[in-house]
Amino acid sequence: MGSDNPIAETTRRILTDLADPQAINKAGDGWKAPAWSALEQAGLTLAWVPEDLGGSGADLADGFAVLREAGRFALAVPLAETLLAGWLLARAGIPVPNGAMTCAPARDGDRVTLAANGTLSGALRSVPFAKDAKHLALLARRDGGLAVALVEASQARIADHEGIGGDPLNAVRLEGARPVAVKDAPAGLDEQALLLMGAAVRSMQMAGALEAILDLSVAYANERVAFERPIAKFQAVQHNLARLAGETAVAIAAATSAADTIANASPSPLWGGVRGGGHPADHGSAIPPSLSLPHKGGGDDEAVFLEAASAKIRVGEAATEGAAIAHQVLGAIGFTQEHTLHRFTRRLWGWRDDFGSESVWAVKLGNLVAAKGADGLWPMLAER
Amino acid sequence: MATELTFDPVRLPPECVALRKEVRAFLAEETAAGTLNANIGGGIDGAFSAEFSRKVGAKGWIGMTWPKKYGGHERTFLERYVVTEEFRVANAPVRLHFVADRQSGPVILRYGSDRVKADILPRICKGEVCFAIGMSEPNSGSDLFAAKTKATKTSGGWLINGTKIWTSSAHHANYLIGLFRTSQPTKENRRHGLTQFVVDMRTPGIQVNPVYQMTGQHDFNEVVFQDAFMPDDCVVGEIDGAWKQATSELAYERSGPERFLETFYVLTELARALGEKPDTRGAEGLGRLVAQVHALRRMSVSVAGMLHAGKEPVVEAAIVKDVGTIWEQKLPHKARDLAAFVEEGSANRATFEEQMTYATMIAPKLTIQGGTTEVLRGIIARGLGLR
Repeated sequence: MGSDNPIAETTRRILTDLADPQAINKAGDGWKAPAWSALEQAGLTLAWVPEDLGGSGADLADGFAVLREAGRFALAVPLAETLLAGWLLARAGIPVPNGAMTCAPARDGDRVTLAANGTLSGALRSVPFAKDAKHLALLARRDGGLAVALVEASQARIADHEGIGGDPLNAVRLEGARPVAVKDAPAGLDEQALLLMGAAVRSMQMAGALEAILDLSVAYANERVAFERPIAKFQAVQHNLARLAGETAVAIAAATSAADTIANASPSPLWGGVRGGGHPADHGSAIPPSLSLPHKGGGDDEAVFLEAASAKIRVGEAATEGAAIAHQVLGAIGFTQEHTLHRFTRRLWGWRDDFGSESVWAVKLGNLVAAKGADGLWPMLAER
Repeated sequence: MATELTFDPVRLPPECVALRKEVRAFLAEETAAGTLNANIGGGIDGAFSAEFSRKVGAKGWIGMTWPKKYGGHERTFLERYVVTEEFRVANAPVRLHFVADRQSGPVILRYGSDRVKADILPRICKGEVCFAIGMSEPNSGSDLFAAKTKATKTSGGWLINGTKIWTSSAHHANYLIGLFRTSQPTKENRRHGLTQFVVDMRTPGIQVNPVYQMTGQHDFNEVVFQDAFMPDDCVVGEIDGAWKQATSELAYERSGPERFLETFYVLTELARALGEKPDTRGAEGLGRLVAQVHALRRMSVSVAGMLHAGKEPVVEAAIVKDVGTIWEQKLPHKARDLAAFVEEGSANRATFEEQMTYATMIAPKLTIQGGTTEVLRGIIARGLGLR
């Protein structure tokens, strides 16, 4: 499982050595710097950036496999955010700096504007890991289209806050911030496209975290003795764990399917052609007029929408169910600071909200299905 | 990870895309000709159509994966998947041939005698043969290996005595594959002593009595055997060793599209009832259901692809059936909630209500037939290393 992917293997080795949940659970934040620097040196943080823009130029599929591993460790450094920021910058052909990054808008409805004088403004809710980032990658609106901007985090007002997962989740205010670099966004890359990519990213992390809590719960049930036998022998416990396996399975299937769809979308400025430095600068920026609506054009855009939105919805639901079952199986010990379960379940709860919650995506997906008409539903599903 | 669950993101290959077009064109023709009504009104009896099954056979869509020698078409399991799901979504009347195509035929192909294979398989492929499955007995349902109906050796064959029950389609069936006791179980192996037979339903000594369902329909039967004679070549596989034959095909049976699409028509009509511009509540509810069924289908296709590639995803297949049947069972109730504020006068109100009534009534069986939720969770738990 993932072991046939050397990049995922490298990730697992680094995280096992430097970010093992058991080892770091009581260790404060001291593990973070060495773990980050190992990930960075291995080229994992900029996997989605072509070499000529400063990255390691891996496939999208490899990056998603890295994220599943990160989820299995409930990784608490901004690897996913930096990957995503790198992807966004590379889509516009902006050379990418080293160090931790994050990207925004990460919430439906948030906007950044790029004024005629070249400065950025906007109020962004809940940007993951903004407090730990050196740079922000932003998608900004300006007259006549959208632009991608790279700005130093020091240019923004970043409020202190932690999300339910225990990681930074910050309100970010930009008031005339000066970007390091700005370029036109490629055609089709709007706020919704960024949220879809973020949704696919979080879905992979959640699928990995669900795999981890399934493992942890099964191991615990086999070890813990009550009423003179391992609790794994009780049918009620077995059936709860079978349900957890079911939710985990759905999460894996939905998340890997969405990742595969994005990784294999036909070459386009928006989705395709990351490997080998084929960044799509200067593709113009014909932005669809109706940004609040799902893409209706059919083809790859619709496939990505259906897959990434569905994954975020269904994996989010699995996170809710799965975390509840794992806690039930582990009982009181699972509710302690000492045990590692909370590292996974708290992040599962938090990740549900990033880049569009289940409810946000369900409304969009429901509206798309309704607009296509009832008889378009099955053909749309069968296309995938 | 100790618990390995694998769902490769399998996509159906190009030949499946072409085939899907053919199947849809065929279904459209049949609908225009009046032989197919996508609305469920016909119920169970309407689902049997000798004419339709013969046409499907003539198209080459029964026994698709079987050898040409036996009337099959040597196509892939993924191609069969497409035909199954398109027929299921269209509510096509396939009950006459479906069980034969999905499980009886493959069992005969693998374990049947040469005579039985040559005689029966080509007729299944033509859509002429209906099969029933004789597993459950009055005191043996999920606990298959408690079966008591006896097959006693006699000259040139076996005499069968006992009663099978909940036998779907037995009143239409030409044949039944039954599980009969040929020896007592042993201390070491309580599954020992059962043998599978292909039973010709015209055999003297077999009586089929209807057991009406709560819907008022006739699908279940009681099948009583009194000294019914089975020639030796009707034995399927190893005498006393049926338990070895039961498991390998189950992944196919458990993970197919029929395990989550049985009430899909409700979702289509819900979308129609909600209209092009649903309110937020309607849109969110519809969106969640669509995401859920999409994820189920992706799981199911993934298992099909892994089976096609020669893997044995037994736990993954059991999960598809567990999660899939629970979803299709809840669907009519969720649709009811979401349709609560739809105008009485909406265009498809009558169709929607008829379908909801039917789906709500049949929903309880979905998590029972072909392996209950409890049995499936036991299998999953074993796969997880808990038993």
